[in-house]
Amino acid sequence: MLSSQKINLSKIAAKAITPLSFRTFASSAVARNVSINLHQGSFESYNCDAPSLEVNISKEELVRMYKSMVVMRRMEMASDGLYKAKLIRGFCHLCTGQEAVAVGMETALTAEDKIITAYRCHGFTYMRGGSITSILAELLGRKAGISGGKGGSMHMFTPNFYGGNGIVGAQVPLGAGISFAQKYLGNKAATFSLYGDGASNQGQVFEAYNMAKLWELPSVFVCENNRYGMGTAANRSSANTSYFKRGDYIPGLKVNGMDVLAVHQAVAYAKEWTVSGKGPLLLEMETYRYGGHSMSDPGTTYRTREEIQHMRSNNDPITGLKQRLLEFNVITEDEMKAIDKAARVEVDQAVEEAKASPEPDVDQLFTQIYQKEAGVKSLRGREPEETHYY
Amino acid sequence: MSSMLKKAAVVSIPTVRQALIRSNPVLANALLAKRSYNSKGGVEMTVRDALNSALEEEMIADEKVYLLGEEVGQYNGAYKVSKGLLDKFGPKRVIDTPITESGFCGLAVGSAFAGLKPVCEFMTWNFAMQAIDQIVNSAAKTHYMSGGNVDCPITFRGPNGAASGVAAQHSQCFAAWYGSVPGLKVVSPWNSEDAKGLLKAAIRDPNPVVVLENELMYGISFPMSEAALSKDFVVEIGKAKIEKEGSDITIVAHSRSVGFALEAAELLEKQGVCKAEVINLRSIRPLDIDTIIKSVKKTNRLVTVEGGWPQYGVGSEICAQIMESEAFDHLDAPVVRVTGADIPTPYAANLESFAFPDTEVIARVVQRTLNKKIGA
Repeated sequence: MLSSQKINLSKIAAKAITPLSFRTFASSAVARNVSINLHQGSFESYNCDAPSLEVNISKEELVRMYKSMVVMRRMEMASDGLYKAKLIRGFCHLCTGQEAVAVGMETALTAEDKIITAYRCHGFTYMRGGSITSILAELLGRKAGISGGKGGSMHMFTPNFYGGNGIVGAQVPLGAGISFAQKYLGNKAATFSLYGDGASNQGQVFEAYNMAKLWELPSVFVCENNRYGMGTAANRSSANTSYFKRGDYIPGLKVNGMDVLAVHQAVAYAKEWTVSGKGPLLLEMETYRYGGHSMSDPGTTYRTREEIQHMRSNNDPITGLKQRLLEFNVITEDEMKAIDKAARVEVDQAVEEAKASPEPDVDQLFTQIYQKEAGVKSLRGREPEETHYY
Repeated sequence: MSSMLKKAAVVSIPTVRQALIRSNPVLANALLAKRSYNSKGGVEMTVRDALNSALEEEMIADEKVYLLGEEVGQYNGAYKVSKGLLDKFGPKRVIDTPITESGFCGLAVGSAFAGLKPVCEFMTWNFAMQAIDQIVNSAAKTHYMSGGNVDCPITFRGPNGAASGVAAQHSQCFAAWYGSVPGLKVVSPWNSEDAKGLLKAAIRDPNPVVVLENELMYGISFPMSEAALSKDFVVEIGKAKIEKEGSDITIVAHSRSVGFALEAAELLEKQGVCKAEVINLRSIRPLDIDTIIKSVKKTNRLVTVEGGWPQYGVGSEICAQIMESEAFDHLDAPVVRVTGADIPTPYAANLESFAFPDTEVIARVVQRTLNKKIGA
């Protein structure tokens, strides 16, 4: 049997990736488990049974969920500030409001499972092992960036996270291909391919559905429905806004994507579904982005301020989990405040570290175009005398 | 993919040659007398069989190599390049895809990211336009954008360039398109040794490689050296081959045009006009400009030949690079490009014969270039 792919592991700068041991969410203290009942309506299923509403989860894991979401929001707030200070260039898409999706997914998966998404990727990069410093440094275009400053906001990768892709919808067949490799190599793991409600209308998404079902790939297609593809409301772009039903022959599940526990439960269900050989599954995460599509979009021309405020007040994923933590006596309010404070300190420190990182060495301009530049003697610069020789 | 091609998976005889017989019987007779190229060894093999053996050998050598594409399995390949591979390797490794270029190309690229070595066949490169985003934006750039964290060892292959009587949408060359993209390697084989050696090199290469085959060459037999028959045989990507040495003028060509260039060179030599050096590019990117420069410094004259369109083409790039090199000072005449005409390919045989370079045109341009002198 072929070994599972390890090629990338050694290549990523050790500094950029938090050790996996720290990232392991599996609990050893069974006694500290709590049983939480999700709200009715957390799931709606299509051609499959809905997962149980009862979530058994350790207190440690709940705390880590909380901490991860708080850090993620802090990190995106820092990105927002750095962008407005003109330290970040180009495109920058923040996931503020959508934290529960990346966090709830991660707690239900292992390092063997793979994730691929589009350009709103900072949160996933963090959850998949990218350090805050390496993410922020990438945004700043610095040497310490997770892609060495060559990718920027939309292109971040870790050994089990395939980006960070800039072309709307193109990551979906790529994800099907990653799951194809998992099946080919005999890995008992799944690939989760994320895309938005806007991307869901790309033809190649349906092409990927078809092949994934045809070949029973361990592929989970996850539509992050945040209600707007840029400034176009879902019902103005999609003839059928029940995105979880659009796989036709692929069963689907609509999930309350603002509840990290619902996401966790659905993703655990989806992983089990695919890895047990039932073929692909669609998940629709109903979520909401608080900010604009990107930094140039104030996010208020196509929706009302009241709508945003309503979501923040009533559906915020961090507030929601906070209430549960208190309700189940997982931690005290003081402990939560300490976590909030630690997150702020951690992100602030990462901002300083990222800012302190130098820009990439100029000789990096011509590296990594080809693997080891094998067989490529030279590449031309802007004029003949700038030609780079390997 | 066109419905027409699904049915018409039969390789046709080149009509250009027939047109030549009508238009210039003297020249045609001279050409038809000589039908085999650089005959040395005893074993002959068609380009199709050479490609097939390359695929088979590399699939035996590495379990991570698999083939996918439309009709590659049960149908044995629209052009029979993958004949017998399904029987030998089974449906896990020879995969018939739906007609869904963007999807299966993206899937193949994703599987390469995740550790496999796919050979992604396009029934023809014309249909790969449906998938060019995945080739350019996903395959070619991810290694760079990820700061070297993600590799993409994939081979894209299929027939490229003009075919016979299939009109504009199915007759065009993509060498310039893919040749312009950093992160891709692009090869364009002419004969059976090229085809086998370059395809094997492409599959072994850790980068995405575009292999531009030619339908009209699939059925043509060429001698195979003993070395080329070995499973260890590869042709280095990025190296051109001097197919015929000469002293008076350099003709650079790729793919099917190499054959016409050789015929033109032999014809002119027979007529006592000149001794032309013929370079088979083999690789579009990296481009082996050094071999061309060296040749031009010897012959002082250069003609480029390709089946693609003239504007921004392979010949244009060679001209530009020669202008920027020391070879410019050695030129005794301006470089001339022989290319496909700047038109969508017409269907009618008589029109089509004027759309692509052939031996006669090359011979004519070579003679004209020999008679030119810079400043004269």
